[in-house]
Amino acid sequence: MTERPKVLDVKGLKTSFFTDDGEIPAVNNVDFHVREGEVLGIVGESGCGKSVTSLSVMGLVPSPPGKITGGEILFQNRDLTKFSEKEMRDIRGNDIAMIFQEPMTSLNPLFKIGNQLKEAILVHRKDWSKRQAHARAVEMMQLVGLPRAEELMNEYPHQLSGGMRQRVMIAMALLCEPKLLIADEPTTALDVTIQAQILKLMGELNERLGTAVILITHDLGVVAETCQRVVVMYSGKVVEEGPVDTIFKDPQHPYTRGLLASVPDMRFKKDALYSIPGNVPKPGSIKTGCPFAPRCEHAWDRCVEETPPLYETASDHQTRCFLYDPKEVDSRDRTTVES
Amino acid sequence: MTEPLLKVEGLKKYFPVHSGVFGRVSGHVKAVDDISFFVNEGETLGIVGESGCGKSTTGRLLMRLLEPTEGKVYFNGKELTGITKEEMRKMRRDIQMVFQDPYASLNPRHTVEKILMEPLNVHNIGDPKDRKKKVYELLETVGLSSYHAKRYPHQFSGGQRQRIGIARALMTNPKLIIADEPVSALDVSIQAQVLNLMQELQKTLKLTYIFIAHDLGVVRHISDRVGVMYLGNMAELANSEKLYEKPLHPYTQALLSAVPVPDPDFEREQVVIEGDIPSPANPPSGCRFHTRCPYKMDICEKVIPKFAEIEDGHYAACHLYEESRPQ
Ligand SMILES: Nc1ncnc2c1ncn2[C@@H]1O[C@H](COP(=O)(O)OP(=O)(O)O)[C@@H](O)[C@H]1O
Ligand SMILES: Nc1ncnc2c1ncn2[C@@H]1O[C@H](COP(=O)(O)OP(=O)(O)O)[C@@H](O)[C@H]1O
Ligand code: SF4
Ligand code: SF4
Ligand SMILES: [Mg+2]
Ligand SMILES: [Mg+2]
Repeated sequence: MTERPKVLDVKGLKTSFFTDDGEIPAVNNVDFHVREGEVLGIVGESGCGKSVTSLSVMGLVPSPPGKITGGEILFQNRDLTKFSEKEMRDIRGNDIAMIFQEPMTSLNPLFKIGNQLKEAILVHRKDWSKRQAHARAVEMMQLVGLPRAEELMNEYPHQLSGGMRQRVMIAMALLCEPKLLIADEPTTALDVTIQAQILKLMGELNERLGTAVILITHDLGVVAETCQRVVVMYSGKVVEEGPVDTIFKDPQHPYTRGLLASVPDMRFKKDALYSIPGNVPKPGSIKTGCPFAPRCEHAWDRCVEETPPLYETASDHQTRCFLYDPKEVDSRDRTTVES
Repeated sequence: MTEPLLKVEGLKKYFPVHSGVFGRVSGHVKAVDDISFFVNEGETLGIVGESGCGKSTTGRLLMRLLEPTEGKVYFNGKELTGITKEEMRKMRRDIQMVFQDPYASLNPRHTVEKILMEPLNVHNIGDPKDRKKKVYELLETVGLSSYHAKRYPHQFSGGQRQRIGIARALMTNPKLIIADEPVSALDVSIQAQVLNLMQELQKTLKLTYIFIAHDLGVVRHISDRVGVMYLGNMAELANSEKLYEKPLHPYTQALLSAVPVPDPDFEREQVVIEGDIPSPANPPSGCRFHTRCPYKMDICEKVIPKFAEIEDGHYAACHLYEESRPQ
């Protein structure tokens, strides 16, 4: 299979918050890319920088206190970090759309759903008539499986259930046929039967429309189910990146391995749950060395003295850990200790 | 067979719905509607279900933090629903609760020492010296250190705060702990720590747990038996292996099939059920699941299925199993 072109290519992205406690490097030198039609998962525990990464791509980092301090965000080969606010407004909702965990943050409670959808189209399709916008809105509502689409156009967000609101958000995100959809914890606030409906819908839309998707989640089950490739983040950094199959079957970074071993699996009962000791660190609290070192059972001197780079462990797999440094002769032995 | 530690019979809680300018009662939210179960000493009973199905209300009814509309709760053979508030207050020494959001349940202006000491003061247990000793002892038990005693809740991470919540629940040496979503707010790696801690404590202190959660993986991991709630009813209850391997109730089947599994090769039989959960203020007639059930029959709209034992220790409320029942 020939590789499809990259829709988004993020290189060395740095986004910091400047607070009374100093600079918080929420996203610290992050690289990743998404190819056309691909579903990429970004996974990690709370505070690791998932949302700030997506806000950076959207040009929505709250500023102050936040600021992109370095790197490039190449969207169709143009660097979004160089775009003006006006240029970003043209991109948002048109070429790149985003849906959030809580749909009420992006739906205005005071306006009818229909008006909000039509408005979202007309911002970008200035030559469209109201009638065309209406027809498109209804068409998208039907596409995302909302019943009574015409009637819903006249209802207010609070009249809908959480699952229906998330469908409206997806419909709104897809109105202008974006190349890239960023979904930040889109099902986290939903019940599991409703989550199943939404994930199924997103998968179908990705197949039918070919929209590339970045799915951000802390739920490893959701990743396994919906993504083709996975980026694992820890403390503002990408610690591992690879195809979903190898991430789950042959995880390499000690953090990824620990995380997978910590999840209770509904299909069988594990005797004891593995647990990673210690706490999730705040980004920037560990200044030198590997940010996972204080919790890592393989850590040795080098891990606290130097910061590990990403090592390529297969052509499509990278891991930020000295165990995979080809120069570390005994690193093989270290990795086999645990598994 | 020995008596169960806790027995619940026909428990109901209807919350009045007020409407209009005069706040007249215009209906009721049937948050918990006629549920029965028991919990044996030393076991963990998991209670799962989607939001709003009545899990937390059930937990609070057992503690009598809420007064039941109907039904009986027996603890150690004693009827809790019949005793006075004062007697109930004393009983709470034996029944403690752990909550989802430890931050909301810990007074932010009190030190950990003061927070942990409070249950001992309330129940008048030990002298000040004993109490202090017990605080330090329990901090160690839950994996914290005695120097944490002088700190305030905001100085701890989410996982550590939940350890404090657990320590507080253990201060009075209770027999039963009702844990309402104790790990739902925690990150995966911290969740595993707290689950392991709870299992360890259960062994060493011979505790009985009612573990309420919406995460089906977590509940399977920790529970001996599991009850599944839907819209205020208990749909199914069985030992955990049976419930997960061979669920009887169509709702349990749908719920289990909806859970994403951390294995990209896993091909589940997806029973995606359509539609939303109906409102408990206006629940469907007959079987409450009939609006979403793929096996719905005519009788399901009219007759409420009885919650009954279908196989040994395996209970379900569904008309599909009505014939196979031993008479
Ligand atoms: N508005 C803000 N002000 C200061 N720091 C922030 C702000 N938003 C995020 N951060 C910091 O950025 C880090 C990453 O946050 P976020 O990307 O939201 O994490 P998550 O992976 O849970 O989505 C957090 O640990 C927090 O310290
Ligand atoms: N104090 C209350 N007054 C009115 N309705 C309530 C009250 N507490 C809970 N409810 C309702 O009862 C139902 C069950 O709630 P709850 O027991 O909290 O569910 P769960 O814990 O399973 O999510 C919900 O519909 C909820 O809105
Ligand atoms: S670099 Fe060292 S501390 Fe970091 S994950 Fe690898 S072995 Fe562990
Ligand atoms: S009683 Fe009828 S509607 Fe209810 S779960 Fe059983 S088959 Fe479905
Ligand atoms: Mg986030
Ligand atoms: Mg609850």
